[in-house]
Amino acid sequence: MHTFEFGRPADAAAAIATAARAKTAQQGADVRFVAGGTTLVDLMKLNVETPGRLIDINRLPLDKIEATADGGLKIGATVRNSDLANNAVVQRDYSVLSQAILAGASAQLRNMATTAGNLLQRTRCMYFRDTAMACNKREPGSGCPAITGANRMLAVLGTSEQCIATNPSDMCVAMAALEATIHVQGAKGSRAIAFGEFHLLPGSTPERETVLEPGDLITHVTLPAPLAGSKQVYLKLRDRASYEFALASAAVVLTMKGETVTGARVALGGVGTKPWRSHEAETALVGQAADAATFRKAAEAALRDAKPQSENGFKIELAKRCLAYALKTAATA
Amino acid sequence: MRDDPPSSPSRREFLQTTAGTAAAAAIAGSVGGPVVATAGAGVTTADGPRIEGAVPITLRINGKDRKLRVDPRTTLLDCIRETVDLTGTKKGCDHGQCGACTVHVNGRRVNSCLSFAVMHEGEEITTIEGIGGPDSLHPMQAAFVACDGYQCGYCTSGQIMSAVALLKEPCGADDAAVKELMSGNICRCGAYLNIVSAIQQVRRKA
Repeated sequence: MHTFEFGRPADAAAAIATAARAKTAQQGADVRFVAGGTTLVDLMKLNVETPGRLIDINRLPLDKIEATADGGLKIGATVRNSDLANNAVVQRDYSVLSQAILAGASAQLRNMATTAGNLLQRTRCMYFRDTAMACNKREPGSGCPAITGANRMLAVLGTSEQCIATNPSDMCVAMAALEATIHVQGAKGSRAIAFGEFHLLPGSTPERETVLEPGDLITHVTLPAPLAGSKQVYLKLRDRASYEFALASAAVVLTMKGETVTGARVALGGVGTKPWRSHEAETALVGQAADAATFRKAAEAALRDAKPQSENGFKIELAKRCLAYALKTAATA
Repeated sequence: MRDDPPSSPSRREFLQTTAGTAAAAAIAGSVGGPVVATAGAGVTTADGPRIEGAVPITLRINGKDRKLRVDPRTTLLDCIRETVDLTGTKKGCDHGQCGACTVHVNGRRVNSCLSFAVMHEGEEITTIEGIGGPDSLHPMQAAFVACDGYQCGYCTSGQIMSAVALLKEPCGADDAAVKELMSGNICRCGAYLNIVSAIQQVRRKA
C-alpha cells in the first residue's frame, strides 16, 4: 500500500477545503474521504486506489436519521447501513430500502459501511481490481479485457465499448426506486442531485462514475414522503443464498387500486453499469391489470435494450423473471 | 492449553522461538557470516516498532488503554496482532470476505482488516481475549466447545466474536435467521451446523 497522510477535520468546511485541492474526485483521486472504509481500504490494499491523503469524516455530525418538513426522511452520510436498515421508520415506510441493504454484504460490513460510501461503492469487475490487467476505468485507454474475457458477473444494460462493469450496490437500487435526492456540499456551496443524475454511464469515460467534483462532500440523502399504501419489494438473485453480489435484482414500489396498478417505480441491480431505474417498465405497468401478462410485458420493456456479452446472456432472462416475480410478490402482498 | 505445566512455553511462544531460529539459520547459511542478534525478533514492544512516519495513537483494547506508534497504513487487525500482540484475532483473506478478523468496536462487530487503526482512537475495541479466557469462558466460547463448533479452529475467534455480537442484534428465532446473520464468517472446514447449534444453545439459555 502507498503511504498517505491521515487527518481528521474539525468540521465539514475544513474537510471540503482540503479535498478541493485534489485534481479529481473520481478514479485515482489523490485525496479521499474515508468513513466505513469497506470499499476504499480494500482497494488501497490492491493499489487500485492510491490516495496521498485520507480525510476521516467519521467524527463529523453526519450520522443522524431525521424526519423532513415535507414528510420525508433525511439520512446522514455516515449513517451505518445496519442502522439504516433497522430503523423503524425505514422499515415501515421505505421497506424496499431496508430489504435491499439487508440483502447485501455481511452483518460486519453493514456495521461499517455508510450511506455515502455505499453510493460510491466500486465495481467488483475483476479486471478493475487487478492492477496486472488492463482496465479503462482504472487506466483510461488501456483497454477492456472483460469484453472478451470473464464477464459472467458484468453488465448487460448501459454498457459501452470501453466498459461493461456492473454497479454492485443493493442500497442504490432501492434508492433509485424511492427517488432519493443526494445532497452535496462543495467548494462552491451546496447542491441537491436527483438520484438518477448522480451516477454516470461509462461511455468513453468509465473512470468518471459520478458527477462529484474535487471537494464535494456528500452530507446526506433525502427520501420523499412515502407513497401512501405502496407495496415494496426487493428481490435479489445470486450464486449463494447470502453474502454475495447480485446476478440480478429488482426494487419495486407499487400502488394499486383494486386489481389495477396506479403507480410504479422500478429499478434493477446486478445488470447495469449504474443503478438502473426503468421508466420503460413503469410505463408498461401504470393503468394496467396487476397480472402475470402485465408483469412480463414490464420485464420485457425493462430489458429491451440489454446487450449480452460472451458469458452473461443468461442475465437478460434472469433479470426479466426477477422483475416479474418481484412485481407479483408486491401486488399480492 | 490450561493443562500445560506452568513452565512450558505456549504454542505461540514456541512458534516465535523456532521461527526466529529458523530465520537466523537461513541468514547464516545464505551469507556465511556470523548471526547477529537484533531487536527485530521482538518488535512487538508496547511502543510498537520504530517506523518512519508513524503516528502516536491511544487505543482502548479490552478495557486497557494502549499508547502506540503506528504507520497510518496499519489496519486495526495488524495493529491488534502485530503491535499489541493479541494474536487471538486471525487474518484470513485480509479483504473483508471471510470474517476471521472480526472484533467489536463500541460493541458492534466489524472486519478489523478493512479499517485503519488510526481511525479508532477513543473507541472501545474488544477482541476474543477480552470476552473470556481458558479459566473464564464466555458462554458462547463454552457452547462452541460443547457443540464442537470448529475443526481446525482458525476461523473460530471470528465466529465467536460474530456470534456474541449477534445476541444483541435483531435476529429471528430460527436457524435460517442465524445462518443469514453469520454468513460473513466463512469456515473452510464446514463446521457450520455445529456453529449454528452453539449459537442457538446460548440464545435459548439467554
